[in-house]
Amino acid sequence: MNWEVVIGLEVHLQLATQSKIFSGAATRFGAEPNTQACAVDLAMPGMLPVLNEQAVRYAVMFGLGIGAEIGLRSVFDRKNYFYPDLPKGYQISQFQEPIVGRGHFDIQLEDGSVRRIGITRAHLEEDAGKSLHEDFHDQTGIDLNRAGTPLLEIVSEPDLRSAEEAVAYLKTLHSLVTSLGISDGNMAEGSMRCDINLSLRPAGSDTLGTRAEIKNVNSFRFVEKAIHHEVERQADILESGGKVVQETRLYDADRDETRSMRSKEVANDYRYFPEPDLLPIVIEQSWVDSIRARLPELPAARRERFIADYGLGAYDATVLAAERPLAEFYEAVAKGCGDAKIAANWVQVELLGQLNRNDLQLSESPVDAPALAALLQRILDGSISGKIGKQVFEAMWAGEGDADSIIEARGLRQVSDSSALQAMVAEVIRDNPEQVAQYLAADETRRKKLSGFFVGQIMKLSRGQANPQMVSNLLNEQLADAGENGDT
Amino acid sequence: MHDLSVAALALGLRNRDFSSTELTRHCLQRIRALDPHYNSFISVDEVGALDAARQADTRLAAGEKAPLLGIPLAHKDIFCTSGLRTSCGSKMLDNFVPPYDATVTRRLRDAGTVLLGKTNMDEFAMGSSSETSFYGSSRNPWDTSRVPGGSSGGSAAAVAARLAPLATGTDTGGSIRQPAAFCGITGLKPTYGRVSRLGMVAYASSLDQGGPMARSAEDCALLLNAIAGFDPQDSTSSEQPVEDYTAQLAQPLSGLRIGLPREYFGEGLEQATGERIRAALALLEQQGATLVDIALPHTGLSIPTYYIIAPAEASTNLSRYDGVRYGHRCENPRNLHDLYTRSRQEGFGDEVKRRILVGTYALSAGYYDAYYRKAQQVRRLIRQDFLDAFTDVDVIAGPTTPGPAFGLGAKTNDPVAMYLEDVYTLAVNLAGLPAMSVPAGQVNGLPVGLQLIGQHFDESRLLNVAHQLQQASDWHLQSPPEAGL
Repeated sequence: MNWEVVIGLEVHLQLATQSKIFSGAATRFGAEPNTQACAVDLAMPGMLPVLNEQAVRYAVMFGLGIGAEIGLRSVFDRKNYFYPDLPKGYQISQFQEPIVGRGHFDIQLEDGSVRRIGITRAHLEEDAGKSLHEDFHDQTGIDLNRAGTPLLEIVSEPDLRSAEEAVAYLKTLHSLVTSLGISDGNMAEGSMRCDINLSLRPAGSDTLGTRAEIKNVNSFRFVEKAIHHEVERQADILESGGKVVQETRLYDADRDETRSMRSKEVANDYRYFPEPDLLPIVIEQSWVDSIRARLPELPAARRERFIADYGLGAYDATVLAAERPLAEFYEAVAKGCGDAKIAANWVQVELLGQLNRNDLQLSESPVDAPALAALLQRILDGSISGKIGKQVFEAMWAGEGDADSIIEARGLRQVSDSSALQAMVAEVIRDNPEQVAQYLAADETRRKKLSGFFVGQIMKLSRGQANPQMVSNLLNEQLADAGENGDT
Repeated sequence: MHDLSVAALALGLRNRDFSSTELTRHCLQRIRALDPHYNSFISVDEVGALDAARQADTRLAAGEKAPLLGIPLAHKDIFCTSGLRTSCGSKMLDNFVPPYDATVTRRLRDAGTVLLGKTNMDEFAMGSSSETSFYGSSRNPWDTSRVPGGSSGGSAAAVAARLAPLATGTDTGGSIRQPAAFCGITGLKPTYGRVSRLGMVAYASSLDQGGPMARSAEDCALLLNAIAGFDPQDSTSSEQPVEDYTAQLAQPLSGLRIGLPREYFGEGLEQATGERIRAALALLEQQGATLVDIALPHTGLSIPTYYIIAPAEASTNLSRYDGVRYGHRCENPRNLHDLYTRSRQEGFGDEVKRRILVGTYALSAGYYDAYYRKAQQVRRLIRQDFLDAFTDVDVIAGPTTPGPAFGLGAKTNDPVAMYLEDVYTLAVNLAGLPAMSVPAGQVNGLPVGLQLIGQHFDESRLLNVAHQLQQASDWHLQSPPEAGL
């Protein structure tokens, strides 16, 4: 049977506010357990939530970024369940009236095709704390630092059809929210967590199959693996005549499998009802408009601008425009060195290559944009060749200083002094009479090949620093002279 | 000293007739001597009180004239007090010492009042008799075989017995007004949002409201002045400017239109109580008020509506008491489920459990529409009844309760009979209106309360009417016999 895969994603996005959504406690990641939890976060008796306006602004920015309807009136509800890392015994969330309604954005696939993915809704809620199962000798520790961190839960339509599309969706979403500056998008620290709803149906069918939900998949790679695994599992069930059970499953990255967490039949009844401690969020259209007017440039628009202004190809533009920090880095390099194309090349190949190899974030790069631009200027003004440039870049990466001081210290400046080059060319011709004779006897095509030998010798002599263009010119001149002299 | 009004005490303090320390010692002595008969206090803070009194005396000596400076008072044990146990009448919080003050507590501390202690109450404010308290029932000073009402029964008893000149209470369905009526004192439930709920242990968030309990309307006004006002930490508190609630007290009543809802004078109202209420209304009429018959047609629905909404909110408000972070925790929990179930089973009393069960049921999938949503719709109708009535009248008046205080244990085995006690008070909370109970004479030696209901944020008018009634009568000046004497 040929199955069509139907995927919808729910992403929990931590918003980059300084303080929590309903209290004044800080939201910094990685603090000592329970040092960022105030009386409100601990659900002490009589404590009340007060809404953080910045979280609302960020949600509105997201809504505008996906062309969604903004709920001018939205309502917080209590979602009731007991768990030790949920101090109040309920999570303040939005159920019936979310702040962001229907929207969409486009994803680009590797073959260059573009698909439009619908967003059902996005709503504000508070994060829970963490249960710590290690280091407590059969007991569980509770860290409430994360409790009350603002989340935007972004629910997609079941529009995705493959793991590739799901990953492209997440990358585009990541690019959108980091460009908006509403989240750091750091998946390793849990700033962006993904639940996958997945079902299969016979290709061509337009009714949805029974779905399973895979919870808390926290990297692009795991999303891909979890989907592959789950598609296989459901296909096996269906092909052997079984039925998929609607349930929540957990992806175990260590074993690369999903396993059942709980069946929906015995699922919690969350007893949602409007949160009486908070008034409905009522916002003015004029406020929304003022936020719209101050929205930063979004990746899709930036990509178009890179193509138009810098003459980049579609692929380069997509890569460089996707994330605001990279885009800003690239633009600084392009402007600093004055050549957008060489800048695009170096940022993608050398910089991103080094970052990947060393598993570093752009913000951790030892070479900043002005430093890279200064290096590229030396290539563009002929001080060094591109090849030497790579050596210099590596030295910069290793912390040896800026481009000029490395070029100076290592004596890498390209030899463009014609008298010095003249001497080197003459030396090579003198030392290789046999090859000169062969050259002179050869026809045009063979001569081109043979001239490579002389260039190689000259570069060796100059330790790679000879200006290749000048070498080539001088060589041609001197060989021609040698021919004339030999004839006479 | 204990017979003086707050205004008179403040004058005495300023004139150096007595110091705050002397006044506080006197109150503490009375509590020590008499409260065993009433059980109106859960905690008495002698050391803290004397310390606060000394500080007040220093401020008084420096010539400071804050209206409540040096005045002793008691807080219902639902208001968090930094460093002083706040039990909410429950075993669950028997060991709970908050590291923070409620906004009400803080404002009164800042005003220079002297906190004597924390008063007894129905567990988590769930009850109409103070009998559900983990610390045992409070007793009515007029007849210690009877209840003082509830849930703010300890505050009402303490004020009536003149152990404290002032007390705070909270009112979710009548919990200030009904005990005020039963104990013969004056109590005001302000408009929802007038007084901050921050640090007030939540029972039903959309109905809870703190307010003053005292022997007169004037004393209530002085206390309300200190606690009313917007609190940025309570999103449901109102930004409406606060008035000086004493400013309108002396206003004559001529031209005032008082609405008498026929639903409040029909079947269920005990005859003798009805007579006292009519006599009090006649006094107001003599002062120039006009009595107008009105209708509040959805009154009968307020009991079922309240007993859906309040338990629904309570069921989730009380989820935080799980034995994990503070409060009662069972011994040696075997696992998480055991920790939850035993901590809650042991920590909560029967009435609290009953309301958690009712509320959980009302919010459950499949029942939400039939119960909670329907109750919210009816709540809007009840509110609309009042808004309609207020197009013709300035205040609404009637009995606070169907009859005077009932005997201890008389209704503990019949929750529904207990719930019917609240028939005249619940609608006010559902509509978010301000209302008072004012002494209106006695039936067989037991006080009866006249209820006055005002428009939203019209506390000044209610206090004005109550004060004028108290200028023309002496019901509020009558005191119960001293226990043990």
